[in-house]
Amino acid sequence: MGCPLLIHCKNFRVAHFVICQDRDCYDVYNSLLRLSKPVEYEELYAFSYNPKQKEMDRGIGWKMIDLRKEFQRMGVPNEHWEETDVNKNYETCNTYAANLYVPREVTKPTIVGSSKFRSKGRFPVLSYYFKENNAAICRCSQPLSGFSARCVEDEQMLQAISRSNPGSSFVYVVDTRPKLNAIANRAAGKGYENEDNYTNIRFQFVGIENIHVMRNSLQKLLEVCELKAPSMSDFLTGLENSGWLRHIKAVMDASFFLSKAVAEENASVLVHCSDGWDRTVQVCSLAGLLLDSYYRTIKGFMVLVEKEWISMGHKFSQRCDHLEGDPKEISPVFTQFIECVWNLIEQFPCAFEFNEKYLLEIHDHIYSCQFGNFIGNSQKERQELKIQERTHSLWPFLFEKRCQYRNPLYKPSAINTVLKPNTAPFNFKFWCGMYNCFDRGMQPKQSVLDSLQTAMKQKPELEEAVEDLNQKHLCLDESHSPFALPIKLSTEKHSPQMQVLHVSHDNTEKDKIQLADGMETISDEIEKTKNVMESSFMEQSTSNHIDSLALVKLNVQGDEEHLEIFQDKLEK
Amino acid sequence: MEFAELIKTWKVDDVVVSRPLLQPARGTLCLTSHHLLFSSRGAGSLELCLLIRNIDAIEKSVQNLSGYQTIKCVTEPDGDRFVGSSGIITVKCKDLCIWYLEVPGMEECLNIASSIEALSSLESVAHMYPFFYRPKQASLQQGCDPCTPQVQFTKLSAQTSNWRLSYVNQEFRVCASYPEAAIVHKSIDDATLRTAAKFRQGGRFPVLSYYHTSNGMVIMRSSQPLTGANGKRCREDESLLAAVLGPGMKGYIIDTRSLQAAHQARVKGGGFESKSNYPNWKRLHRAMDRSRVLQESLMKLVEACNDQSHSIDRWLSKLEASKWLSHVKVILTTACLAAQCVDREEACVLIHGSEGRDSTLQLTSLAQLILDPDCRTISGFQALIEREWLQAGHPFQLRCASSAYSHARLKHDAPVFLLFLDCCWQMSIQFPCSFQFNQHFLITLFEHAYASCFGTFLCNTEEERLMLNVKRQTISIWSKINSPSEREQYVNPVYERNDLVIWPSVAPQSLQLWQGLFLRWIQSAEHQTEAYAQIYHIMAHSRKSTQANSEMATANKEAPMPRCQDRSEAV
Repeated sequence: MGCPLLIHCKNFRVAHFVICQDRDCYDVYNSLLRLSKPVEYEELYAFSYNPKQKEMDRGIGWKMIDLRKEFQRMGVPNEHWEETDVNKNYETCNTYAANLYVPREVTKPTIVGSSKFRSKGRFPVLSYYFKENNAAICRCSQPLSGFSARCVEDEQMLQAISRSNPGSSFVYVVDTRPKLNAIANRAAGKGYENEDNYTNIRFQFVGIENIHVMRNSLQKLLEVCELKAPSMSDFLTGLENSGWLRHIKAVMDASFFLSKAVAEENASVLVHCSDGWDRTVQVCSLAGLLLDSYYRTIKGFMVLVEKEWISMGHKFSQRCDHLEGDPKEISPVFTQFIECVWNLIEQFPCAFEFNEKYLLEIHDHIYSCQFGNFIGNSQKERQELKIQERTHSLWPFLFEKRCQYRNPLYKPSAINTVLKPNTAPFNFKFWCGMYNCFDRGMQPKQSVLDSLQTAMKQKPELEEAVEDLNQKHLCLDESHSPFALPIKLSTEKHSPQMQVLHVSHDNTEKDKIQLADGMETISDEIEKTKNVMESSFMEQSTSNHIDSLALVKLNVQGDEEHLEIFQDKLEK
Repeated sequence: MEFAELIKTWKVDDVVVSRPLLQPARGTLCLTSHHLLFSSRGAGSLELCLLIRNIDAIEKSVQNLSGYQTIKCVTEPDGDRFVGSSGIITVKCKDLCIWYLEVPGMEECLNIASSIEALSSLESVAHMYPFFYRPKQASLQQGCDPCTPQVQFTKLSAQTSNWRLSYVNQEFRVCASYPEAAIVHKSIDDATLRTAAKFRQGGRFPVLSYYHTSNGMVIMRSSQPLTGANGKRCREDESLLAAVLGPGMKGYIIDTRSLQAAHQARVKGGGFESKSNYPNWKRLHRAMDRSRVLQESLMKLVEACNDQSHSIDRWLSKLEASKWLSHVKVILTTACLAAQCVDREEACVLIHGSEGRDSTLQLTSLAQLILDPDCRTISGFQALIEREWLQAGHPFQLRCASSAYSHARLKHDAPVFLLFLDCCWQMSIQFPCSFQFNQHFLITLFEHAYASCFGTFLCNTEEERLMLNVKRQTISIWSKINSPSEREQYVNPVYERNDLVIWPSVAPQSLQLWQGLFLRWIQSAEHQTEAYAQIYHIMAHSRKSTQANSEMATANKEAPMPRCQDRSEAV
């Protein structure tokens, strides 16, 4: 029989193992327990990961994304916006990037003054510039206004932002928190902008809940996903009670508000939440995605994540639980962002260069710690850790495999199109590909994207062959006799997959069936198949993927093969 | 003709027609005996030709000048008071679309409304539009009978000689809801069948529904046995079932009622096969909901879909409360169970509920879709519908009399067929390359089952169709679907024949709301259509180049001989 081991991964994989000897099982359990909770950054996989790459290539890899170039693409610097070195050594705000963009007319003292009036010093900076009409999206943290405090520099700052967009007489200030939360913050000397103190602002709450609510909501969602043989009602009620889709919709609604303000009202927007590194990032990056088709390309999406998330201090290590730390800091903020993007892909199947796999892969790597990009909580921290010298970057790794992530339906258009998502409730669906990613039985058994990719891959080769034949035909044309050269047709469709993430049980896979009830009345054999199916294993998971472990009693028969591979992995 | 008397107003000008996703259009409205016609002038003109039969419910209201938010119901035309004002007629269709007609003049409005009501309440089948529909190209014979029991039997006899075609039901003497020919086990003679039929409700004795080529197992269907409270038995019925099982074989009887319901049925003369009288047959009870419950489920679902003001929580709780997806799950699960018995357990299956004309047919047809790749083609699916629904006596006329909006609480209507189509769609999204048809095909069948210019879905049984001469006097929908110009639009561009048995997932995570059908009139499908066009384009292109290539290759293969001759000649 053996001793069962249940592993919950952060990327929502659930793995059951059965290990023959109880002793071994406890050993594995204890080892994993320790390995999955590193204390020092240096213990993370990225610092030992070695893809046998040349040192120079590694360096080039880190330079793949250049944010200065990205701002140039947007049309910045220009007459209204310029780069500032006020945060050169992270002295004004230690969670921001070193290179920041602010209105040309504000002076350094104004910036510094404004930063003192903002939580964690996160003063308003440019996030996205819409060159079609000069409207801009800016981001910051909440003002330290308390009940009545004011700050002249901060007011000047906002006015400068407003003036940098001559096309509009006002600027939206969007507080992404629910109003009650913002009011509560006033008691702690924080709060929100008072419309009377700032000229020409329009203040707006959009009501996205905080990281703690989101964490609990995900917890409830995962409980629903793991129900054994739930009825339709159990599932829908559970989904509703988790509130997860409500939160996803709130983020989407807020982002859509931003993109409408910019594209339709020609108005600039300043966005903040409490510290401006969670909700603010979600909303700003999604608004960028809606406004700018560049971000919907494979490369552009990397740039977007780098620009809004990594460089501006989203606390990846804390939110993703990289190191043993405060569990209250953990929250699926990035996951929600990825899910919103997936929702957009579902709604606009031809608008994105990448597909669902790309999103899942990126999501996987924020937890895997195989690459340095997401390690640490700010650029400053990454610099101190010498991430660029000691680890590899995820982006070139993904870019190399871009063929896999391509959406065959993608229709690049010459002109930029602004997406207008429909945010009616039925557009927000449960993302089975994410939360039940490893319950293969629940996934569609065939993929249209795969067939299309195959068809498209086939195309150039075949066209070549046709071309080839035509030419030979021409050569022979003189004699008017049919050609006779033996020609090999290469219609090989698939190159073997670069990477095997998990071994699929091919023989049982196609026959897998999920019958909610009634199975037991017929056959035990199917039960056995089901159990085997459930024990998928983790060839490629890193110990950082492990979320929780449990020794549970399962009715699975011992499977030596699993154990062997598992031990192999441990030895490595 | 009697239609003329029902129409109080033939024609109204200056009518504004609108529906969600469509710009309102102003034009002329006409009523004919079978249609509501509308034509607008000018650019972006709207032409509407709505079958009266398609109208499920109609509501009248006064246009409130201060804004149409407060719509008041008008109970009685109140003389001249309404002259000069206008009224809104809300036309709710069986295909789930809702039209708003703004008619100037209260009287005109009420006349139009009552005319539509009168016309749409005509129940006589012989007066329905299919009997008048005569398009130029189509001939009446085209596309009839793609699959008669005879055709099915010819196919079957190529594989096994254990079954025979019986004409015991000639002139529908044994069972009114069966076709005249039925496939039964060869060792059972017609006399036995006659006696066994008396022991089954409505005379629906067990007949062959599907033969599984790979292992010779079969799915049969029937109605419940009439054991009654005293546990009557019928040797002929027992021998009929015993004959199906060879030595050492086992069988499963899937009863679509709960055990309790089956017990209760005995009081009314129905019942179930007892273990002792039917050895080797094991009964499995799977409770599936019936007409009233299903109809209410559809109404609730459509109501939830039509209200866009919901928050997510409200939407999810309404979706849950409608129970629609629960029904889908139960049906698919039970169909899988039946297929499982045949393919995995190597056992024969008999399916019945009480009448054997509703849930039974859902199961037999879905199980075939799982097991038989032929059913997943366009022509195979047509044959399946012919066999398992039309000839098997699904009472289309009763079940599809009203759809989601009707206020007339009819006792017999139920979206049994729609649920079946939904299950097909669920399977098609899980196996997007294994079905030759697309969702447009399924939606077309849904529409025509409820209201059609074709005669295919008229009446409840083959007998009724024969009496009304439906096959001679109306055009079959298959003739439209199979015409080369039409067929293209139903083809799934990524279809590639898959000879395997396909097992759909029935986990709630895998089942989805069929947006293409239920939100068709509510949400723009612009981007999905664009994606579909793109898929179509890619696949067409790929096929063309493959084809060009293989032509070249064939030309190439044939080439060597003459060339060698050339050479030898030259030498």
